[in-house]
Amino acid sequence: MGGNLKFVQGNEACVEGALYAGLDFFAGYPITPSTEIAELLASRLPKTGAKFIQMEDEIASICALIGASLTGCKVMTATSGPGFSLIQEGLGYAIMAEIPCVIVNVQRGGPSTGIPTRVHQGDVNQARWGTHGDHAIVALTASNHQDVFAMTVEAFNIAETYRTPVVLLFDEVIGHMRERLVLPEHGEIAMVERLKTSVKEGVDYHPYLPREDGRLPMSDFGGVHRYNVTGLYHDMWGFPSDDSDVVDGLLRHLMDKIENQAAHFPKYREFYTEDADCLFISYGSAARSARHVVERRRRLGERFGLLELQTLWPFPHDIVKEKTAGARYIVVVEMNTGQICQSVRLAVSRPERVFLANRIDGVLITPTDIQRVIRLIYGKGF
Amino acid sequence: MPKRRLKELCINKEWCKGCGICIEFCPKGVLELDTQDKAVPVRNEDCVVCRLCEMLCPDLAIDIVEEEEAE
Amino acid sequence: MPVKDYIRERFFPHIWCSGCGHGTVLNVLIRVIERLGLNKSDIVIVSGIGCSSRIAGYLDFHTMHTLHGRALAFATGIKLNRPELNVIVPMGDGDALAIGGNHFIHAARRNIDITAIVMNNRIYGMTGGQYSPLSGYGIFASTAPYSSVDQSFDVAELAAAAGATFVARSTTYHVNEAAQMIQKAILHKGFSVVEIMSQCPTYFGRKNRQGDAVDMLKYMRDTTTPIGSGAKGQNPELIERGVFVNKELPEYCSAYDEVIRHAMEGR
Repeated sequence: MGGNLKFVQGNEACVEGALYAGLDFFAGYPITPSTEIAELLASRLPKTGAKFIQMEDEIASICALIGASLTGCKVMTATSGPGFSLIQEGLGYAIMAEIPCVIVNVQRGGPSTGIPTRVHQGDVNQARWGTHGDHAIVALTASNHQDVFAMTVEAFNIAETYRTPVVLLFDEVIGHMRERLVLPEHGEIAMVERLKTSVKEGVDYHPYLPREDGRLPMSDFGGVHRYNVTGLYHDMWGFPSDDSDVVDGLLRHLMDKIENQAAHFPKYREFYTEDADCLFISYGSAARSARHVVERRRRLGERFGLLELQTLWPFPHDIVKEKTAGARYIVVVEMNTGQICQSVRLAVSRPERVFLANRIDGVLITPTDIQRVIRLIYGKGF
Repeated sequence: MPKRRLKELCINKEWCKGCGICIEFCPKGVLELDTQDKAVPVRNEDCVVCRLCEMLCPDLAIDIVEEEEAE
Repeated sequence: MPVKDYIRERFFPHIWCSGCGHGTVLNVLIRVIERLGLNKSDIVIVSGIGCSSRIAGYLDFHTMHTLHGRALAFATGIKLNRPELNVIVPMGDGDALAIGGNHFIHAARRNIDITAIVMNNRIYGMTGGQYSPLSGYGIFASTAPYSSVDQSFDVAELAAAAGATFVARSTTYHVNEAAQMIQKAILHKGFSVVEIMSQCPTYFGRKNRQGDAVDMLKYMRDTTTPIGSGAKGQNPELIERGVFVNKELPEYCSAYDEVIRHAMEGR
C-alpha cells in the first residue's frame, strides 16, 4: 500500500475517508464525541471548493444534507446519540425519497445526555429501528483507523449504489484514539459515482423507476428534468399516491434493495474462525479487546476465534450462522446490554450457547473483562 | 395606446368550486353563480379587463382573453 | 394568461377547499413567475407539511415536499450548492413558526437567498382546525374549545428581528399588492419573507364566526391598512401591509464563496 502515513484520531480517519470518496457537502451540529469531524471538514472542504455549514440543530443538518444530495452532491453529517435521535426524522425521509447520504454516529453513553465523553455502543438498535415505519437500513462500523477510512469510503459507495442513507456507527474510543493511518493513493479503492439519468430533455424521466439491475438513475435539481420528491408514498414520477399497489410495491422495493441486494456482501473480518471452540463476535473498539484475548489464547494452544462484524445492518445472518457452526461457545463482546447479542441468538442454530461479555460503565471493555466471562463458561482453570 | 377589451372570459367549470369570490369582488358585476354553483359570466360587455377575478380565483379557474379594440 | 404552462394540470382541480386562500397564493405566485420570465427549470419549490405544502406538487418546477417545518433546512442545502437557482419556500403558519420556528429564524439570520412565503391562515387546516402560533388570543379552534389563551407571533416583526433582509405583508384580498411583494422578494438578494394573510373558511372562518371566504376577504380588507397610513393612527388595531424591511447585507452563498476563496489561498 503506497501513499501517505499519518498518525490521527479515528474522527480524522473518517474525514480522510470522506474526502477520498469525494465529499462535496457537510452539514452538522457540534456534539461530543464527533465534533472533530465537523471542525476538520470546516477547514478542509472549502480548500477544494466544497461546502460546509453548521446548522441550527441535527434535524436541520440531515434536511440540508438531503437537499444538497438532490443537487448532485456527495453528502455527510456527523453526530452522536442525542443528535442521532434528532436525525431519525430526516433519515426516514431519505429512506423514503431514496436520497444518498452518509450519517456518522460516534457513539457515547445514553440514554439521553448520558455520558458524553465516554464510550458505549448503545445506538446499534437505534440505527436499525430509530426512524418510524417499516424500513431497512445499512449500518457499518470499524475497529481501527484503516477500517474507519475504508468503511467511510464504502458507506459512500453503498449510498450511491442503492440511493440510500448509510449509517456509520463508530464509538468514542475509535473516534478519539490515535493510531496510524495509511492514506491510499487515488484510485486504489474503487469508487461508485452517482448514476445520472441518460434520459434526454423533453423525454419523460421516471426518478423512481428502477432499472433492470435495481438502480435508479438520478437527475440533479436544477437540471432539465423537473420532478417531485416527497416523503409520502409515491409513484414512479415522485408524486404522492395512496394506491395500495403503489404503497405495497414501494415498501417492498425499499426493503428488497437493502435486505436482499445490499446485504449480498457484508463486511467482516475473521481471526481463527475455522476451528474455534469458542468464537467471539464483536465490532468497533470492543473487537480490539476480543482480538487481544484470541491472540493470547492461541499462543497457549487454545482454540479461540473472532468474527469481527463491520456490517451491522442488514445483520449478516448467513455469515454468523456459517462461522459459528462449529463453535461450542459463542461470546458476543459489546458495550451495551446485548443489542447485537440478540441478533446473534436469532442467527445461530443453538442460541443457548450464546453468551454476552459486555461493559456498560463508559469504560472500554478490557481483555480481563472478557477472560472473566470465559472463566464462567469454561469453569476454573481458564 | 389602443384600449383593451374582453374577448373571452373562460371559466373552467371542472376546477371552479363556487366560492363566489370573483362574483363578489368584480367591480362591474360581470359574473354570477349558475344553478350548479359554478361562476359564470353574464355581463361580458361590462368587463373592464381589470383581471381581478382571474388573480383572486383560488381555483385557477378563470382565464381572461383580451383583444385590442379597433381604432 | 397561460397559467397552465406552469402547473401540473393532471392534478387539478386541486385538493384545497372552496374559497381557500392557498389557491389564491398559488395563482399569484404563478403570475409573478410569468411576469419575471423565469425559466421553469431554474426554480425550486420546497414545501413542508400541511395544506400549504401541497402547493409544491401543483407547480411544474423542481419540487420538493419535505417534512413538517423543515422546508427551509432542505432549501438551505439546495441553495448553498446551486446558488443560481431561485429557491422559493411556501409555508403554512404552523409549519413556518411552530414546528419550523427554529429553522425560520436561523435561515433569516444567515440571510441566505431564499424566498419564504408564509401563508398565514391562523389555523392547522389539514389536521382539522387546531390553533396555531398565529391564531392569537381569544380564537376558537378544535384544540381551543373555550378560546385560545396563547398570544400570537407577528411574523413580520419576528422575521425582521431574526435578520431577514426583506420582509413584507399582504393578503389574499390585495392580490395585486401581494404579487408586487412576492415579486420584490424573489428579486431580493438575501432571505426574504412575505407573509400573505390567507383565509381558511372551512375551519378558522366557521369556528370564529367569520363567515365564508368572501366575508373573510372583506374582513382582511377592513382590518388592514398600508404601512404609514393615517388610518392606523385613528385605529391602532389595524394590521399594516407593505414592505417592512428592505436592506442589503452579505448574502450567505456569496459570503461562503469568500470562505472558499480564502481557504484556497491558504489563509
